[in-house]
Amino acid sequence: MEQFAQIQVSHLFFLAFASLAVVAAFNVILQRNPIYSAIGLIVVMCSLAGLFLTLAAEFIAAIQIIVYAGAIMVLFVFVIMLLNVREEDAKADRQKYLKFLAVPLFLALIAEVMAVLKTIGNPAASETVPGAVETVAEGMFTTYLLPFEATSVLILMAIVGSMLLARRESKEETDEIEEALTVANQPTPIVEESSEEEVHA
Amino acid sequence: MVPLSWYLALSAVLFTIGVAGVLIQRNAIVLFMCIELMLNSVNLTLVAFSRFLGDVTGQLFVFIVMVVAAAEAAVGLAIIIALFRTRETLNVDEADLLKL
Repeated sequence: MEQFAQIQVSHLFFLAFASLAVVAAFNVILQRNPIYSAIGLIVVMCSLAGLFLTLAAEFIAAIQIIVYAGAIMVLFVFVIMLLNVREEDAKADRQKYLKFLAVPLFLALIAEVMAVLKTIGNPAASETVPGAVETVAEGMFTTYLLPFEATSVLILMAIVGSMLLARRESKEETDEIEEALTVANQPTPIVEESSEEEVHA
Repeated sequence: MVPLSWYLALSAVLFTIGVAGVLIQRNAIVLFMCIELMLNSVNLTLVAFSRFLGDVTGQLFVFIVMVVAAAEAAVGLAIIIALFRTRETLNVDEADLLKL
């Protein structure tokens, strides 16, 4: 009887988090103002963290909140506020037919996945419960050490790349580029000048 | 214990909502959010399989997916900022030329 009650509670938790996630996910794609989409995505991530807890993955649930909801979404919200995006106007919508394509594709994909899920059945949950920080850390620093180190290189590349992309070019640099372009467009006289300069020097 | 197929079904629904969002939305930032949504739904699948198979590898994979998502968000948002500076728009339909 106690077992039965426990099952019911975990089912209720799943249903609560799952319905919250689905509603918030629809909120992400149907809002016209990006800031409401961002808030919907934060709700999705928090409810997924709750689902990770029902799967006994405490470490993943924690970094889901810290990294995804905390860091990545702050970046999104920051960029939305920085760019001060207006709500998109309807006339800019050039590819209207995609909307009519999206809904049938959505339903077809859902039906397909449900059909596949019916065939796999329900395996029993494993006796060993991975997810404690010790087990995750053990795998990360022994068997999967190389991928873990590779992620640090990836992050370094992302830092350098995003700084390079997002920096504002200074006036001097723009002038230098324009100068270089004019030099490139008139090759012959420039070459003579430079050779003269070399002679003077 | 909640059956495995429930988690897989939820993950599939979230992934499909993300795909539909990529088709419906034209705002570059919201497109990125839809991609994050798809990555998240795959993470749910990995964690669910990790729990039901009793193998921690799935959770390590989720960790790496999160790192890739963070790198992708940083670089992608930098590209969006650069795009907005040159074109004053976030609509992906407007940004269809390589030159200005």
